Amino acid sequence: MADSSDQTIDLIHLARLARLSLDQDELEATKADLENIIDMINSMQKIDTDGVSPMANPLDANQRLRADKVTEKVDRDQFQASAPATEDGYYLVPRVVE
Amino acid sequence: MSPFTTVHELADGLASGAYSSVELTKDFLERIEQDQSNAFVTVTAETALKSAAEQDQARQSGDASWLAGVPMAHKDIFCTQGIRTTAGSHMLENFIAPYNATVVNRINNQGMVMLGKTNMDEFAMGSSNENSYFGPVTSPWGEALVPGGSSGGSAAAVAAGLTPVATGTDTGGSIRQPASLCGITGLKPTYGRVSRYGMIAFASSLDQAGPMTHDAQDAAIILAAMAGFDERDSTSADRQDVWMAGALQGKLIRPASLTIGLPRQYFNHANDSAASLDEVRRCLEGQGHTCVDVELPHTDAAISAYYVIAGAEASTNLSRYDGVRFGHRSDNSESLEDLYQRSRSEGFGAEVKRRILTGTYALSVGYYDAYYLKAQKIRRLIANDFAQAFTEVDVLLAPTTLGGAFAQDSLTQDPVAMYQQDKFTVPTSLAGLPALSMPCGFADGLPVGAQLIGPAFREDLILGLADAYQSETDWHHLHPEQTA
Amino acid sequence: MNWEPVIGLEIHVQLATNSKIFSGASTSFGAEPNAQACPVDLGLPGVLPVLNEQAVVMAIKFGLAIDAEINLDSIFDRKNYFYPDLPKGYQISQFETPVVGKGEITLTMDDGSERQIGITRAHLEEDAGKSVHDLFPGQTGIDLNRTGTPLLEVVSEPDFRTAQEASAYFRQIHNLVRYLKICDGNLAEGSMRCDANVSVRPVGQNEFGERTEIKNINSFKFVEQAIEVEIERQIDVLEAGGKIERETRLYDSDRNETRSMRSKEFSEDYRYFPDPDLLPLKISQEFVDTIAAELPELPKARRARYVETLALSDYDANWLSNNPDVAEFFDAAAMVSNNAKSAANWVMGDLSAHLNKSDLDVSVSPVTPEQLGVLIQRIDDDTLSSKTAKQLFDALWQDGGEVDELIDTLGLKQMSDSGELDDIVMQIMADNPDQVEQLRNGKDKVLGFLVGQAMKATQGKANPKQVNELIRAKL
Repeated sequence: MADSSDQTIDLIHLARLARLSLDQDELEATKADLENIIDMINSMQKIDTDGVSPMANPLDANQRLRADKVTEKVDRDQFQASAPATEDGYYLVPRVVE
Repeated sequence: MSPFTTVHELADGLASGAYSSVELTKDFLERIEQDQSNAFVTVTAETALKSAAEQDQARQSGDASWLAGVPMAHKDIFCTQGIRTTAGSHMLENFIAPYNATVVNRINNQGMVMLGKTNMDEFAMGSSNENSYFGPVTSPWGEALVPGGSSGGSAAAVAAGLTPVATGTDTGGSIRQPASLCGITGLKPTYGRVSRYGMIAFASSLDQAGPMTHDAQDAAIILAAMAGFDERDSTSADRQDVWMAGALQGKLIRPASLTIGLPRQYFNHANDSAASLDEVRRCLEGQGHTCVDVELPHTDAAISAYYVIAGAEASTNLSRYDGVRFGHRSDNSESLEDLYQRSRSEGFGAEVKRRILTGTYALSVGYYDAYYLKAQKIRRLIANDFAQAFTEVDVLLAPTTLGGAFAQDSLTQDPVAMYQQDKFTVPTSLAGLPALSMPCGFADGLPVGAQLIGPAFREDLILGLADAYQSETDWHHLHPEQTA
Repeated sequence: MNWEPVIGLEIHVQLATNSKIFSGASTSFGAEPNAQACPVDLGLPGVLPVLNEQAVVMAIKFGLAIDAEINLDSIFDRKNYFYPDLPKGYQISQFETPVVGKGEITLTMDDGSERQIGITRAHLEEDAGKSVHDLFPGQTGIDLNRTGTPLLEVVSEPDFRTAQEASAYFRQIHNLVRYLKICDGNLAEGSMRCDANVSVRPVGQNEFGERTEIKNINSFKFVEQAIEVEIERQIDVLEAGGKIERETRLYDSDRNETRSMRSKEFSEDYRYFPDPDLLPLKISQEFVDTIAAELPELPKARRARYVETLALSDYDANWLSNNPDVAEFFDAAAMVSNNAKSAANWVMGDLSAHLNKSDLDVSVSPVTPEQLGVLIQRIDDDTLSSKTAKQLFDALWQDGGEVDELIDTLGLKQMSDSGELDDIVMQIMADNPDQVEQLRNGKDKVLGFLVGQAMKATQGKANPKQVNELIRAKL
């Protein structure tokens, strides 16, 4: 676990994980903003949460199960109407090398 | 007919034949036409007039619901089949959903007429509506003022009489804060009350759709129209609340002699709306309710926990915007990586990038426990605070914001200061509780709101209380044109 | 130096549901590209997942079959990474709390030797789509039909020491999921794929060596080959003084070599966290118990029954119980014939020989278990000799038909009328006086010759036992 007081942010790595590219100006501005935000967030570190169970969702219920039925009609042309690049029903992206 | 006529008055007017849906729709479309506030991203005049005519037809042949033909507007975060849905983002500038959000279907089932889609902060991330790719919305209360956000277009549109009602979404205050700043009534229902299907996700465990209206009665009507179990949403609550049927007809029970809690942590800040809140307290006491102080000890940690959780969920909810199947795609990218990074960097605005990066940080290896998990534990503590309070009181009364509308560009350079706008609204979002904001006075000539918070799925309590309050006050009848 | 390989397998089992794990789109194989991808599968804005009950039921069946602990509370998490065949930019999977916990399976090798193999966990997740690299010049085509197909990922402990063990285990899991009818087991269509974690260490060393992961192997043969060559590669690297990089590798069956997936130069951080679109999955013990009650007989129990109640050898029991279709064929034939041993011999002998020759699966065998059962009855009541029985089997294989009718029409009935046989035997003894003489003098082996003559004279329809007795009587 990270030392919460440690705020060194590897922004290049974060941006890479999030698939965002930031130019030099953006990089500096964003880094400053993030550091202030993390600073603000770190105020929560002083709160004692020992033995507290994390709360992922406010709805106190169980996952509902769906009957195993085919209910969806697929209209490919309609679904691909907003697609940037398709051919023969495929979505196209620049060649991926494996 | 005043442009500020409520939904229930319009429904009665249509029923009595005082005017037709086409006439109403034309009136509002004209006002939208002349509007300078940029409240709408898309105006659907043609389809609106067409469905208005259909509703008039239906009414003639006697098979129209009470709300049939009443105009309304949707925040541009709800998917509308065949009509573009942008979420205020360049990324979705040309996105046309092949389906309707469940909320849209339910409103359609009531025969209401959609005038258009309202402006918003990009992906609902913002408190001033200055983060929209389609430009900022200005408040009807003043040229250089913000309407609040993220549902700023909806709030401004209702406040300016461009539509009698608009839908909004509230993740950390995005209905209540703009409602407060624009002097209208806004309700964030209990998490799970309204289906999230087809509502473009910001933070899945917090997002909740609700009505933005002229008064509590309208809020109840539109809530009842929007709400209900949806098998397409795993987080949709399957409930049968008897009061809902009445609410759909605008019938609210005004609760008698409640114990109303005033959380100390919401009143120990300098707040321009303090005097107005005091008036609300006196009014409610005058109606036979008892006001007591309560403690919500972890309130101050809410902002931190909220920006971690909302950021974390948003950072992965927004991963689907990769330029492959829909949305903005950068030209001439040489590689897949290039395509991803360019499309997302061009498609997203600065605030969205900040939130994605914050969330990515909070979830990344080595920081997960210190940030994401810590925030989830604080979320539990905050929910427990409310649970404890509701063993002592029936509802809570608190300010919605720290004051009235602020000037455009005054906070854009300082995200952290902007985030403080949500101070009084995020705790209820984290706990998933219902809360509404109602106009309760003015500070420096600008409207401010009072927030009523109820136990889970007790919207009836806070709506009934607000309705009683509004029966004795006129704040919700004051509109920019009359005052300005 | 002597090296010991350490191998673990992650097997991805496509569950045989009608609809996808989180959407109502069809899972059937072979549709037009993207013709079976609905908005939820495509990850369009605003859509939400809802869990398919059958996927959960099938996962529990598997868990019960490997004596695993079933986690009544489990969580679905998001595994975040970008790839064009992963529409949402995350895969819904189970990270910290899988539905199926620790279990084990008895690995039975061909020589009958047995080993306990630990299964770490089995969790539910959604399958990704397919990338097509050879269809569009300079571009990759994305087909998302497979997206959202339910997968059960079965993770073994690093308990294998040879590639043979690993592939035997892969086969055994393949048999198991088909016994349970939770997967069609069609490897060619990718219904089962596995990743192999391979490392080597000096014999006697306790700690593991650095491992590599060979991704997406989809045949029993390739699992064995891929692991073999990877073991050799690692030993070569280490003996040349090099070190093993922890990396993902692909097996190239044409070149019979594994090679590094260069695309993984950047270390992904999957940022697992609970999917806020899904609530905790809570299963009741009753739910699990009803599923347990409906479980079919499993390979281990079947094998035991064959040995204990049908008195088959371990080898036969194992042979017959591995493939559920073979086992069901055998059970039916054994029941009709009321002679398990003989049914076993026929299934393992003539039947499997015929099936192999015409490359057919037992499920579509031209000879039905009922026909084989009756055929065996007719051997046991002396209507058929082993020779005529084989003739009959061929006839049934060719044209089918009703066993007793065929015996008549083909005139395969053994001669049991001793009068007729009597004359033939007298004749043969008259024609071969010398042999008869030798027999009288105790040269028993000429008896075989005389019986053979009788069989020849009757085109095999005589009952050799009977001929034998007649001759002795006439001496």
